[in-house]
Amino acid sequence: MYPEELKYSESHEWARVEDNVVAVGLTHHAQSELGDMVYLELPPEGTEVTAGGEFGVVESVKAASDLYAPLSGKIVEVNQGAADDPALVNRDCYGEGWLVKIELKDPSELENLKTAAEYQEFIGA
Amino acid sequence: MGQAHPTPLYDKHVALGAKMVEFAGFVMPLQYTGILDEHVTARETAGIFDLSHMGEIYVSGKGAPAALNRVVTNDVEKLRPEKALYTPMCTPKGGIVDDLLVYRDADEKFLLVVNASNIAKDAEWLRKHLPAAVEVENESLETALIAVQGPQSEAIVGEALGEELSEIEYYEFGFYVLDGVPVRVSRTGYTGEDGFEVYVAAERAGEVWDALYDLTYGVGGVPVGLGARDTLRLEMKYCLYGNDIDETTTPLEAGLGWTVKFDKGDFYGKKPLEKQKQKGITRALSGFVMIDPGVPRPGCGIIDVDGNDLGSVTSGSYSPSLRENIGLGYLARPHDDVGTEILVDIRKKPRLARVVETPFLKLLGGN
Repeated sequence: MYPEELKYSESHEWARVEDNVVAVGLTHHAQSELGDMVYLELPPEGTEVTAGGEFGVVESVKAASDLYAPLSGKIVEVNQGAADDPALVNRDCYGEGWLVKIELKDPSELENLKTAAEYQEFIGA
Repeated sequence: MGQAHPTPLYDKHVALGAKMVEFAGFVMPLQYTGILDEHVTARETAGIFDLSHMGEIYVSGKGAPAALNRVVTNDVEKLRPEKALYTPMCTPKGGIVDDLLVYRDADEKFLLVVNASNIAKDAEWLRKHLPAAVEVENESLETALIAVQGPQSEAIVGEALGEELSEIEYYEFGFYVLDGVPVRVSRTGYTGEDGFEVYVAAERAGEVWDALYDLTYGVGGVPVGLGARDTLRLEMKYCLYGNDIDETTTPLEAGLGWTVKFDKGDFYGKKPLEKQKQKGITRALSGFVMIDPGVPRPGCGIIDVDGNDLGSVTSGSYSPSLRENIGLGYLARPHDDVGTEILVDIRKKPRLARVVETPFLKLLGGN
């Protein structure tokens, strides 16, 4: 449920490094806690984000939750498929349910994120 | 989970993999498979609910009908035995102490089913406002409540009881035996679907749950938690105490005027409510559908298109049946007129919504 190749933030986002671009989504734990997703509010492409800063909102039936950028950089792609069908975040949080791609500003920030094992310990899984 | 009470069915929920939450002092299932699935299945097939957190208070004794009639706004003296009704109970100023079901068990014996969050307050209120000759017995913790709701509910509950239930009308009830366990069964609910509520002694609740659960599961139904209970009731504009109604709101403002019987004798809140009716209410609990994206949540402010404050959201959610975002809020008149465009402040951004007719869903039992 927590792929080894990903990095994780304490605010429950995952990051997958693809060269200088990082795909970002919600962890299994986060989507499971929030429940059925019904709305994603994602920033337009080109938005600059900073690590730990808000970049959007996910709404499940029962609650809204802020999304925090795990890394600093520029949003270069937004997952329109997930925006159109937020249930993808529940069904496939590490695949089709990814949220945005960020062009990295400072790759050294990756060291601040948790490994899969560290994240699982963090959430008490 | 602190000092919260587990219901008698706690182990059943855990075994079913429910996500448990604390609600009004009870440990309750929030969801099992997921709110959307539970909601849709309850509307299309059947859902089974543990509502054992609800309060059961018996009111009985000589003079009970007339005395109770002074405490609630609907007319319990006209209620025939084996019938139930929905009523607010008001303060002398007309604010809502609680909203409840009243079952008439006998000429001078009633069962009041009250909100979990108000059990202690209601029992105290009743003892204070009913004469000493009328007995008030709080049996809440000794009583479990299981609801079966949805199109298949008559078949499920009928088979469990071995009875033909088609003769039971909406808001009628009777006493039966289910697999050897005495139960009270009423054709009532909080979903807008056809459905039944089954009251059973707490220590026998597991047997009754198992029997009803197996039959529900057998027809493709699911257990339903508090999450979907809230979306189901919201689509019907059924009020949730503490959100949509409380002691600062009146039945007339909440759209519950049909439960206030001015033609009966005196009752708590009668004069102020009569005056409010004559003068006309200044705000009304209204339903709206979001036009802009975003889910309205309780507490979100509501303004008119010129920026004037109108009120705030009391309940709001994504509606699984309508696939739209819906909400309730008290709107200053005449902004409650159907078709009026309003702005709901979601995350500091005013978003367009439109006042619509309620209930949002047109089903049985709509007010």
